[in-house]
Amino acid sequence: MSPEWQAVWLTLKLAGITTALLLVIGTPIAWWLARSRHWARQPISALVALPLVLPPTVLGFYLLILLGPDGAIGQLTERLGIGLLPFTFEGLVVASVIYSLPFTVQPLQNAFLTINDNLLEAAATLRASPRDRFFSVVIPLARPGFLTAAVLTFAHTIGEFGVVLMIGGNIPGETKVLSVAIFDHVEALEYTQAHWLSAGMLLFSFVVLVSLYSLNNRLQPGVVR
Amino acid sequence: MVTAAVAANFTATMEKLVPLFEQRTGHTVRASYGSTGKLYAQIRHGAPFDVFLAADRARPERLEREGDGVAGTRFTYAEGRLVLWSREDNRLSDPESFLTSASGPRIAIGNPKTAPYGIAAMEVFDHLELLETVRPRLVSGDSIAQTFQFVATGNAGAGFVALAQVRAWNQTGGSAWLVPESLHSPITQQAQLLKRGKNNAAAAAFLAFLKSKEVRAIIEKDGYDTEPMPTD
Repeated sequence: MSPEWQAVWLTLKLAGITTALLLVIGTPIAWWLARSRHWARQPISALVALPLVLPPTVLGFYLLILLGPDGAIGQLTERLGIGLLPFTFEGLVVASVIYSLPFTVQPLQNAFLTINDNLLEAAATLRASPRDRFFSVVIPLARPGFLTAAVLTFAHTIGEFGVVLMIGGNIPGETKVLSVAIFDHVEALEYTQAHWLSAGMLLFSFVVLVSLYSLNNRLQPGVVR
Repeated sequence: MVTAAVAANFTATMEKLVPLFEQRTGHTVRASYGSTGKLYAQIRHGAPFDVFLAADRARPERLEREGDGVAGTRFTYAEGRLVLWSREDNRLSDPESFLTSASGPRIAIGNPKTAPYGIAAMEVFDHLELLETVRPRLVSGDSIAQTFQFVATGNAGAGFVALAQVRAWNQTGGSAWLVPESLHSPITQQAQLLKRGKNNAAAAAFLAFLKSKEVRAIIEKDGYDTEPMPTD
Protein backbone atom coordinates (compact mmCIF):
# COMPACT_ATOMS: atom_id res chain seq x y z
CA MET A 1 0.00 0.00 0.00
CA SER A 2 1.34 3.42 -0.88
CA PRO A 3 2.01 5.74 2.07
CA GLU A 4 -0.90 7.95 0.98
CA TRP A 5 -3.43 5.13 0.97
CA GLN A 6 -1.97 3.85 4.19
CA ALA A 7 -2.71 7.23 5.80
CA VAL A 8 -6.24 7.22 4.37
CA TRP A 9 -6.97 3.73 5.66
CA LEU A 10 -5.47 4.50 9.07
CA THR A 11 -7.57 7.64 9.37
CA LEU A 12 -10.79 5.82 8.44
CA LYS A 13 -9.96 3.04 10.88
CA LEU A 14 -9.31 5.53 13.67
CA ALA A 15 -12.52 7.44 12.98
CA GLY A 16 -14.57 4.24 12.69
CA ILE A 17 -13.34 2.72 15.94
CA THR A 18 -13.64 6.03 17.78
CA THR A 19 -17.23 6.52 16.57
CA ALA A 20 -18.26 3.01 17.58
CA LEU A 21 -16.68 3.37 21.02
CA LEU A 22 -18.14 6.82 21.57
CA LEU A 23 -21.69 5.76 20.69
CA VAL A 24 -21.40 3.11 23.40
CA ILE A 25 -19.78 5.42 25.97
CA GLY A 26 -21.61 8.58 25.00
CA THR A 27 -25.19 7.27 25.00
CA PRO A 28 -25.48 6.62 28.76
CA ILE A 29 -23.69 9.90 29.50
CA ALA A 30 -26.04 11.83 27.23
CA TRP A 31 -29.08 10.06 28.67
CA TRP A 32 -28.03 10.85 32.21
CA LEU A 33 -27.29 14.49 31.32
CA ALA A 34 -30.67 14.83 29.62
CA ARG A 35 -32.70 13.21 32.38
CA SER A 36 -30.92 13.70 35.69
CA ARG A 37 -31.44 16.56 38.10
CA HIS A 38 -28.34 15.70 40.07
CA TRP A 39 -26.15 18.63 41.17
CA ALA A 40 -23.20 17.10 39.30
CA ARG A 41 -25.01 17.55 35.99
CA GLN A 42 -23.56 20.98 35.25
CA PRO A 43 -19.95 20.15 36.12
CA ILE A 44 -20.17 16.93 34.08
CA SER A 45 -21.69 18.80 31.13
CA ALA A 46 -18.80 21.25 31.33
CA LEU A 47 -16.28 18.42 31.51
CA VAL A 48 -17.80 16.80 28.41
CA ALA A 49 -17.71 20.12 26.53
CA LEU A 50 -14.11 20.96 27.48
CA PRO A 51 -12.54 19.50 24.30
CA LEU A 52 -14.64 21.98 22.32
CA VAL A 53 -12.92 24.98 23.84
CA LEU A 54 -9.49 23.70 24.86
CA PRO A 55 -6.66 24.00 22.36
CA PRO A 56 -5.64 20.52 21.22
CA THR A 57 -2.18 21.29 22.56
CA VAL A 58 -3.53 21.35 26.13
CA LEU A 59 -5.14 17.98 25.60
CA GLY A 60 -2.04 16.62 23.88
CA PHE A 61 0.23 17.88 26.61
CA TYR A 62 -1.78 16.35 29.43
CA LEU A 63 -2.24 13.10 27.54
CA LEU A 64 1.49 12.89 26.96
CA ILE A 65 2.07 13.28 30.70
CA LEU A 66 -0.84 11.09 31.83
CA LEU A 67 -0.13 8.28 29.39
CA GLY A 68 3.64 8.50 29.86
CA PRO A 69 5.71 6.48 32.34
CA ASP A 70 5.20 9.07 35.10
CA GLY A 71 1.46 9.38 34.58
CA ALA A 72 -1.26 7.45 36.37
CA ILE A 73 -2.60 5.88 33.18
CA GLY A 74 0.88 5.14 31.84
CA GLN A 75 1.78 3.31 35.04
CA LEU A 76 -1.46 1.36 34.85
CA THR A 77 -0.99 0.32 31.22
CA GLU A 78 2.61 -0.67 31.92
CA ARG A 79 1.53 -2.78 34.88
CA LEU A 80 -1.12 -4.44 32.72
CA GLY A 81 1.59 -5.33 30.22
CA ILE A 82 0.11 -3.14 27.46
CA GLY A 83 3.08 -0.80 27.51
CA LEU A 84 2.88 2.93 26.96
CA LEU A 85 0.11 4.35 24.79
CA PRO A 86 1.76 7.39 23.18
CA PHE A 87 3.02 6.63 19.66
CA THR A 88 0.55 3.76 19.26
CA PHE A 89 -2.71 3.45 17.37
CA GLU A 90 -4.46 2.55 20.63
CA GLY A 91 -3.14 5.78 22.14
CA LEU A 92 -4.70 7.72 19.28
CA VAL A 93 -8.02 5.95 19.90
CA VAL A 94 -7.93 6.98 23.56
CA ALA A 95 -7.09 10.56 22.59
CA SER A 96 -9.79 10.68 19.92
CA VAL A 97 -12.45 9.34 22.28
CA ILE A 98 -11.73 12.21 24.67
CA TYR A 99 -11.33 14.77 21.90
CA SER A 100 -14.54 13.88 20.08
CA LEU A 101 -16.68 13.17 23.17
CA PRO A 102 -18.77 16.38 22.95
CA PHE A 103 -19.56 15.66 19.31
CA THR A 104 -21.27 12.45 20.37
CA VAL A 105 -22.80 13.51 23.65
CA GLN A 106 -24.28 16.87 22.72
CA PRO A 107 -26.41 15.79 19.72
CA LEU A 108 -27.61 12.75 21.69
CA GLN A 109 -28.41 14.85 24.73
CA ASN A 110 -30.46 17.25 22.59
CA ALA A 111 -32.28 14.34 20.98
CA PHE A 112 -33.08 12.80 24.37
CA LEU A 113 -34.31 16.14 25.70
CA THR A 114 -36.94 16.39 22.97
CA ILE A 115 -38.48 13.01 23.79
CA ASN A 116 -41.84 13.53 25.40
CA ASP A 117 -42.15 12.01 28.88
CA ASN A 118 -45.75 10.99 28.12
CA LEU A 119 -44.55 8.49 25.57
CA LEU A 120 -42.26 6.86 28.08
CA GLU A 121 -45.01 6.80 30.69
CA ALA A 122 -47.41 5.30 28.20
CA ALA A 123 -44.85 2.61 27.44
CA ALA A 124 -44.41 2.00 31.15
CA THR A 125 -48.16 1.50 31.66
CA LEU A 126 -47.98 -1.10 28.90
CA ARG A 127 -45.46 -2.87 31.12
CA ALA A 128 -42.41 -2.08 29.05
CA SER A 129 -39.32 -2.49 31.21
CA PRO A 130 -36.88 0.46 31.37
CA ARG A 131 -34.65 -1.46 28.98
CA ASP A 132 -37.53 -2.06 26.60
CA ARG A 133 -38.52 1.58 26.78
CA PHE A 134 -35.01 2.68 25.94
CA PHE A 135 -34.57 0.35 22.99
CA SER A 136 -38.05 0.49 21.50
CA VAL A 137 -39.07 4.07 22.30
CA VAL A 138 -36.03 6.24 22.95
CA ILE A 139 -33.66 4.94 20.30
CA PRO A 140 -36.13 5.09 17.39
CA LEU A 141 -37.23 8.58 18.42
CA ALA A 142 -33.68 9.77 18.83
CA ARG A 143 -32.60 8.37 15.50
CA PRO A 144 -31.70 11.74 13.95
CA GLY A 145 -29.66 12.48 17.07
CA PHE A 146 -27.75 9.22 16.73
CA LEU A 147 -27.12 9.90 13.07
CA THR A 148 -25.86 13.42 13.75
CA ALA A 149 -23.70 12.18 16.62
CA ALA A 150 -22.16 9.40 14.55
CA VAL A 151 -21.46 11.55 11.51
CA LEU A 152 -20.06 14.49 13.45
CA THR A 153 -17.88 12.24 15.60
CA PHE A 154 -16.56 10.41 12.56
CA ALA A 155 -15.88 13.62 10.64
CA HIS A 156 -14.36 15.40 13.60
CA THR A 157 -11.99 12.50 14.31
CA ILE A 158 -10.91 12.55 10.67
CA GLY A 159 -10.08 16.22 11.09
CA GLU A 160 -8.10 15.70 14.27
CA PHE A 161 -4.60 17.11 14.08
CA GLY A 162 -3.08 18.86 17.07
CA VAL A 163 -3.46 16.03 19.55
CA VAL A 164 -2.15 13.46 17.08
CA LEU A 165 0.82 15.66 16.31
CA MET A 166 1.66 15.80 20.00
CA ILE A 167 1.27 12.15 20.96
CA GLY A 168 1.53 10.33 17.62
CA GLY A 169 5.21 10.43 16.73
CA ASN A 170 4.45 10.33 12.99
CA ILE A 171 4.75 6.55 12.50
CA PRO A 172 3.58 5.38 9.05
CA GLY A 173 0.77 2.84 9.34
CA GLU A 174 0.42 3.38 13.08
CA THR A 175 -0.08 7.05 13.90
CA LYS A 176 0.54 8.93 10.67
CA VAL A 177 -3.05 9.94 9.91
CA LEU A 178 -4.13 12.07 6.95
CA SER A 179 -3.92 15.45 8.63
CA VAL A 180 -0.36 14.72 9.80
CA ALA A 181 0.61 13.35 6.39
CA ILE A 182 -0.60 16.58 4.79
CA PHE A 183 1.28 18.68 7.34
CA ASP A 184 4.40 16.65 6.61
CA HIS A 185 4.06 17.14 2.86
CA VAL A 186 3.48 20.88 3.20
CA GLU A 187 6.47 21.30 5.51
CA ALA A 188 8.67 19.43 3.07
CA LEU A 189 7.26 21.54 0.21
CA GLU A 190 5.81 18.42 -1.46
CA TYR A 191 2.82 20.31 -2.72
CA THR A 192 1.58 17.78 -5.28
CA GLN A 193 0.95 15.14 -2.62
CA ALA A 194 -0.37 17.77 -0.22
CA HIS A 195 -2.83 18.93 -2.87
CA TRP A 196 -4.16 15.45 -3.56
CA LEU A 197 -4.74 14.63 0.07
CA SER A 198 -6.13 18.06 0.94
CA ALA A 199 -8.54 18.16 -1.98
CA GLY A 200 -9.69 14.65 -1.06
CA MET A 201 -10.32 15.75 2.51
CA LEU A 202 -12.20 18.84 1.41
CA LEU A 203 -14.45 16.88 -0.91
CA PHE A 204 -15.03 14.16 1.65
CA SER A 205 -15.96 16.61 4.42
CA PHE A 206 -18.32 18.50 2.13
CA VAL A 207 -20.08 15.33 0.99
CA VAL A 208 -20.41 14.12 4.58
CA LEU A 209 -21.98 17.36 5.75
CA VAL A 210 -24.33 17.64 2.80
CA SER A 211 -25.55 14.08 3.31
CA LEU A 212 -25.99 14.72 7.02
CA TYR A 213 -28.06 17.84 6.47
CA SER A 214 -30.28 16.28 3.82
CA LEU A 215 -30.75 13.06 5.80
CA ASN A 216 -31.66 14.96 8.93
CA ASN A 217 -34.10 17.02 6.94
CA ARG A 218 -35.78 13.85 5.71
CA LEU A 219 -35.89 12.17 9.09
CA GLN A 220 -37.25 15.16 10.90
CA PRO A 221 -38.93 17.70 8.66
CA GLY A 222 -38.56 21.23 9.91
CA VAL A 223 -35.51 20.56 12.09
CA VAL A 224 -32.32 21.54 10.43
CA ARG A 225 -29.04 21.30 12.18
CA MET B 1 14.14 45.28 15.59
CA VAL B 2 15.47 42.00 14.19
CA THR B 3 13.16 39.11 13.46
CA ALA B 4 15.04 35.84 13.55
CA ALA B 5 14.06 32.38 12.34
CA VAL B 6 16.02 30.03 14.57
CA ALA B 7 16.51 26.26 14.34
CA ALA B 8 14.93 24.56 17.35
CA ASN B 9 18.16 22.99 18.61
CA PHE B 10 19.61 26.46 19.17
CA THR B 11 16.70 27.68 21.33
CA ALA B 12 18.43 27.66 24.71
CA THR B 13 21.54 29.42 23.42
CA MET B 14 19.51 31.98 21.49
CA GLU B 15 17.58 32.79 24.63
CA LYS B 16 20.86 33.64 26.30
CA LEU B 17 22.15 35.66 23.38
CA VAL B 18 19.07 37.81 22.86
CA PRO B 19 19.14 39.72 26.17
CA LEU B 20 22.91 40.13 25.85
CA PHE B 21 22.55 41.58 22.37
CA GLU B 22 19.67 43.82 23.36
CA GLN B 23 21.60 45.13 26.31
CA ARG B 24 24.69 45.81 24.22
CA THR B 25 23.09 47.43 21.22
CA GLY B 26 19.67 48.69 22.24
CA HIS B 27 18.11 46.76 19.37
CA THR B 28 15.38 44.26 20.06
CA VAL B 29 15.12 40.72 18.74
CA ARG B 30 12.03 38.66 18.07
CA ALA B 31 12.92 35.01 17.58
CA SER B 32 10.74 32.24 16.17
CA TYR B 33 11.83 28.66 16.67
CA GLY B 34 11.08 25.61 14.54
CA SER B 35 12.60 22.90 12.43
CA THR B 36 14.96 24.16 9.76
CA GLY B 37 12.77 22.69 7.02
CA LYS B 38 9.64 24.37 8.32
CA LEU B 39 11.36 27.74 8.70
CA TYR B 40 12.80 27.38 5.21
CA ALA B 41 9.33 26.80 3.78
CA GLN B 42 8.01 29.82 5.67
CA ILE B 43 10.81 32.06 4.40
CA ARG B 44 10.17 30.85 0.85
CA HIS B 45 6.60 32.02 1.28
CA GLY B 46 7.45 35.47 2.48
CA ALA B 47 7.56 35.04 6.25
CA PRO B 48 8.79 38.30 7.80
CA PHE B 49 12.26 37.22 8.96
CA ASP B 50 15.45 39.28 8.74
CA VAL B 51 17.94 36.57 9.64
CA PHE B 52 17.92 32.79 9.50
CA LEU B 53 19.85 30.58 11.90
CA ALA B 54 19.50 27.15 10.32
CA ALA B 55 20.65 23.76 11.55
CA ASP B 56 22.21 22.87 8.23
CA ARG B 57 24.09 24.36 5.32
CA ALA B 58 21.72 23.11 2.61
CA ARG B 59 18.74 25.36 3.34
CA PRO B 60 20.66 28.64 3.59
CA GLU B 61 22.45 27.67 0.35
CA ARG B 62 19.12 27.09 -1.35
CA LEU B 63 17.70 30.37 -0.06
CA GLU B 64 20.73 32.15 -1.43
CA ARG B 65 20.25 30.52 -4.85
CA GLU B 66 16.54 31.27 -4.80
CA GLY B 67 17.13 34.90 -3.93
CA ASP B 68 15.60 34.95 -0.45
CA GLY B 69 19.03 34.89 1.19
CA VAL B 70 21.47 37.73 0.64
CA ALA B 71 24.54 36.38 -1.20
CA GLY B 72 27.80 36.51 0.68
CA THR B 73 26.27 36.71 4.15
CA ARG B 74 26.25 33.00 4.94
CA PHE B 75 28.57 31.76 7.67
CA THR B 76 28.82 28.83 10.05
CA TYR B 77 27.84 29.93 13.53
CA ALA B 78 27.93 26.47 15.08
CA GLU B 79 28.80 22.84 14.38
CA GLY B 80 26.21 20.68 16.07
CA ARG B 81 26.91 17.51 17.98
CA LEU B 82 24.49 14.61 17.84
CA VAL B 83 23.81 12.74 21.03
CA LEU B 84 21.74 9.69 21.83
CA TRP B 85 20.10 10.55 25.09
CA SER B 86 17.88 8.84 27.63
CA ARG B 87 16.59 10.10 30.94
CA GLU B 88 17.20 6.65 32.44
CA ASP B 89 20.57 6.15 34.12
CA ASN B 90 22.79 3.46 32.55
CA ARG B 91 20.41 2.77 29.67
CA LEU B 92 23.03 3.79 27.14
CA SER B 93 26.12 2.36 28.77
CA ASP B 94 26.26 0.00 25.78
CA PRO B 95 24.72 2.03 22.96
CA GLU B 96 25.31 -0.59 20.26
CA SER B 97 23.38 -3.28 22.05
CA PHE B 98 20.65 -0.77 22.90
CA LEU B 99 20.28 0.06 19.22
CA THR B 100 20.59 -3.46 17.82
CA SER B 101 17.73 -5.04 19.71
CA ALA B 102 14.59 -4.95 17.61
CA SER B 103 12.27 -4.97 20.61
CA GLY B 104 13.79 -2.30 22.83
CA PRO B 105 12.04 0.92 23.84
CA ARG B 106 11.13 3.56 21.32
CA ILE B 107 13.80 5.77 19.82
CA ALA B 108 12.90 9.36 18.96
CA ILE B 109 14.51 11.19 16.06
CA GLY B 110 13.81 14.49 14.37
CA ASN B 111 11.68 14.24 11.24
CA PRO B 112 14.39 13.70 8.59
CA LYS B 113 12.37 15.68 6.07
CA THR B 114 12.59 18.89 8.05
CA ALA B 115 15.05 18.45 10.94
CA PRO B 116 18.77 18.21 10.08
CA TYR B 117 19.46 16.33 13.33
CA GLY B 118 16.97 13.74 12.09
CA ILE B 119 18.97 13.33 8.88
CA ALA B 120 22.14 12.88 10.93
CA ALA B 121 20.41 10.19 13.00
CA MET B 122 19.34 8.35 9.83
CA GLU B 123 22.94 8.51 8.61
CA VAL B 124 24.07 6.91 11.85
CA PHE B 125 21.62 4.02 11.37
CA ASP B 126 22.79 3.67 7.78
CA HIS B 127 26.40 3.65 8.81
CA LEU B 128 25.85 1.00 11.48
CA GLU B 129 23.58 -0.92 9.05
CA LEU B 130 20.81 -0.80 11.61
CA LEU B 131 18.10 1.03 9.74
CA GLU B 132 15.84 -1.98 9.16
CA THR B 133 16.37 -3.22 12.72
CA VAL B 134 15.47 0.04 14.43
CA ARG B 135 12.79 1.22 12.01
CA PRO B 136 9.88 -0.32 14.00
CA ARG B 137 11.12 1.48 17.11
CA LEU B 138 11.38 4.94 15.56
CA VAL B 139 9.13 7.85 16.34
CA SER B 140 9.78 11.23 14.86
CA GLY B 141 9.28 14.67 16.30
CA ASP B 142 8.20 17.61 14.21
CA SER B 143 11.33 19.47 15.28
CA ILE B 144 14.31 18.43 17.39
CA ALA B 145 12.61 20.25 20.29
CA GLN B 146 9.63 17.91 20.10
CA THR B 147 12.00 14.96 19.75
CA PHE B 148 13.72 16.02 22.95
CA GLN B 149 10.38 16.41 24.70
CA PHE B 150 9.39 12.83 23.72
CA VAL B 151 12.49 11.61 25.55
CA ALA B 152 12.21 14.05 28.46
CA THR B 153 8.66 12.88 29.25
CA GLY B 154 9.87 9.28 29.10
CA ASN B 155 7.48 8.37 26.31
CA ALA B 156 10.45 7.43 24.15
CA GLY B 157 13.20 5.40 25.78
CA ALA B 158 15.95 7.40 24.10
CA GLY B 159 16.38 9.85 21.28
CA PHE B 160 18.88 11.40 18.93
CA VAL B 161 19.02 15.07 19.89
CA ALA B 162 21.49 17.94 20.02
CA LEU B 163 24.17 17.95 22.70
CA ALA B 164 23.15 21.53 23.48
CA GLN B 165 19.66 20.39 24.39
CA VAL B 166 20.99 17.85 26.86
CA ARG B 167 23.27 20.50 28.38
CA ALA B 168 20.34 22.90 28.73
CA TRP B 169 18.17 20.26 30.42
CA ASN B 170 18.40 21.21 34.05
CA GLN B 171 17.67 17.88 35.66
CA THR B 172 20.20 15.41 36.89
CA GLY B 173 20.44 11.77 35.91
CA GLY B 174 20.01 10.13 32.57
CA SER B 175 22.55 8.69 30.20
CA ALA B 176 23.94 9.76 26.88
CA TRP B 177 26.08 8.55 24.04
CA LEU B 178 27.95 11.26 22.20
CA VAL B 179 27.73 9.94 18.65
CA PRO B 180 31.18 9.79 17.00
CA GLU B 181 31.32 12.37 14.24
CA SER B 182 32.60 9.73 11.85
CA LEU B 183 29.10 8.21 11.79
CA HIS B 184 27.33 11.13 10.14
CA SER B 185 28.09 14.12 7.98
CA PRO B 186 28.92 17.28 9.92
CA ILE B 187 25.95 19.25 11.24
CA THR B 188 27.09 22.59 9.88
CA GLN B 189 24.70 25.21 11.17
CA GLN B 190 24.71 28.30 9.01
CA ALA B 191 23.25 31.73 9.54
CA GLN B 192 22.45 34.28 6.86
CA LEU B 193 20.90 37.64 6.21
CA LEU B 194 17.55 37.40 4.45
CA LYS B 195 16.26 39.66 1.71
CA ARG B 196 13.84 41.33 4.09
CA GLY B 197 16.65 42.27 6.50
CA LYS B 198 18.92 43.71 3.84
CA ASN B 199 18.59 47.32 4.94
CA ASN B 200 18.05 46.57 8.59
CA ALA B 201 21.04 47.75 10.62
CA ALA B 202 19.89 45.72 13.61
CA ALA B 203 19.96 42.53 11.53
CA ALA B 204 23.52 43.18 10.37
CA ALA B 205 24.49 44.00 13.94
CA PHE B 206 23.03 40.74 15.16
CA LEU B 207 24.97 38.68 12.64
CA ALA B 208 28.19 40.51 13.56
CA PHE B 209 27.41 39.85 17.21
CA LEU B 210 26.94 36.15 16.40
CA LYS B 211 30.44 36.08 14.87
CA SER B 212 32.12 37.74 17.85
CA LYS B 213 34.62 35.85 19.99
CA GLU B 214 32.57 36.40 23.11
CA VAL B 215 29.44 34.86 21.59
CA ARG B 216 31.36 31.96 20.10
CA ALA B 217 32.62 31.15 23.59
CA ILE B 218 29.01 30.99 24.81
CA ILE B 219 27.99 28.82 21.87
CA GLU B 220 30.88 26.44 22.54
CA LYS B 221 30.04 26.21 26.20
CA ASP B 222 26.51 25.22 25.28
CA GLY B 223 27.62 22.17 23.34
CA TYR B 224 28.67 23.24 19.85
CA ASP B 225 31.95 23.61 18.02
CA THR B 226 32.64 26.89 16.25
CA GLU B 227 34.96 27.98 13.46
CA PRO B 228 37.56 30.70 13.69
CA MET B 229 36.37 33.89 11.97
CA PRO B 230 38.38 36.04 9.53
CA THR B 231 37.67 38.99 11.82
CA ASP B 232 39.55 37.43 14.74
